[in-house]
Amino acid sequence: MVTNIFFHVFLLSMMVIGSMVAVFSRKLISSLVSLGTVGMLISIYFLILGAPDIAITQLVVEVLALIILLCAITGRDVTADMTSSKVYVFLFIFIFVISILTFISYSNFIFPEFGNTNMRVGKEYLYLATEKLKSANAVTAIVLDFRGYDTIGEATVIFTAIIGVMVLLRKKGKKDE
Amino acid sequence: MNKGMSEIVKTISKIVVPFIIIFGISVIFYGHLTPGGGFPGGVIISASFVLLLLAYGREKVLSKLSLYKSDILHDIGAIMFLSVSLIGFAGGVFFLNIFNKGKLFSLWSGGNLLFSNIAIGLKVGTSLFLGITLLSMARIIHKENKIEFYEKEEDIK
Amino acid sequence: MIVYIFIAFMFFIGIYGMMAKKNIIKMIIGMNIIGYAVNLFFIVLGYKSGGIQPILVPGMDIKEFVERAVNPLPQALVLTSIVIDLSIICFLAALSIRIYEKYGTFDLEKIRRLKG
Repeated sequence: MVTNIFFHVFLLSMMVIGSMVAVFSRKLISSLVSLGTVGMLISIYFLILGAPDIAITQLVVEVLALIILLCAITGRDVTADMTSSKVYVFLFIFIFVISILTFISYSNFIFPEFGNTNMRVGKEYLYLATEKLKSANAVTAIVLDFRGYDTIGEATVIFTAIIGVMVLLRKKGKKDE
Repeated sequence: MNKGMSEIVKTISKIVVPFIIIFGISVIFYGHLTPGGGFPGGVIISASFVLLLLAYGREKVLSKLSLYKSDILHDIGAIMFLSVSLIGFAGGVFFLNIFNKGKLFSLWSGGNLLFSNIAIGLKVGTSLFLGITLLSMARIIHKENKIEFYEKEEDIK
Repeated sequence: MIVYIFIAFMFFIGIYGMMAKKNIIKMIIGMNIIGYAVNLFFIVLGYKSGGIQPILVPGMDIKEFVERAVNPLPQALVLTSIVIDLSIICFLAALSIRIYEKYGTFDLEKIRRLKG
């Protein structure tokens, strides 16, 4: 993987500029397009950081999210009002300054250095997945066998969200007649 | 999204969609050997059906795969995943992997990973197709300033 | 260290989009950006300099693979989080369609003044 730090900084600065365009623009179509750009840049960055199945997932999910948001916008309001409420902006600046001060003063204790990870549990999972379970993909073995209970919870969340969509978008029921 | 697109888009999507579906099935089935698994494969299969929905219009796609059938497939995927995890009770613990773990790098390896991948791929794929089709049905009819939903052509009168 | 500052900046842009904007679609876009920043933060925590991906290739020794691979545990947590974010944005789009049908606008100030 690429070890030069300037490549990482270049990609990350393009992501930050894209997200600023997405939040601060007047027309809703242009903010959707820049959201798509940010998603694709993140997928490329996942590939550089050594996670290929996350890169495939992020790319396809971002394309479907664009289609979903486009369904909600066409035929309805396509411009956004640019004035923002003053109370919340002051609250946001307050939270931002306090967080930055906390981040800078405690950063040596919270985050490890970029490039060192704590592999105490990861080594055990890698060894068990290739020797005992005999599967070549360690991430699939963790998701479906070692931490399979979380996958049951996630399947339930997706199921419930889609049933919620089916209940919301129904034609007029019998009670309204 | 009721009317389809032009003839060029229809012809190209007719050629490309079988390859996308086969790629999605390969990402699901070889999820324990190559990068991928149940989740990306399911989303890829639902993306191919959304491509058909955009190119051909809603009426033709719903005549092939109706909302009722995709609802049933959605439920079958969820029940299959739960039953794979409940089979582990035969070994004594919930979610135990009791199938025969074959050789490394072959198709049958890793115990119950194959069945779990297929169940998750079926579930995620059909549920996302269902959600996007329902969202495309909510249209605006600017007659007497009313906003309604419609499903068939005879509802717009 | 500078990588964490960029990710925190993207997170705060997302929070600003959710708090200080009045359009409902801008709130959904802000939530999406928060989701991108958090997933990126997890994968950056699990990066090892000079590491290879955690998938075994035929012809590689297992002991050398365990020594050199990137941490696979954050990747497993992020994989489910990405698909959950997609279904949440589907539900929120359906909710905003219903809000537009009832009030006729996406603007939150006008919705607060009209009642029913």
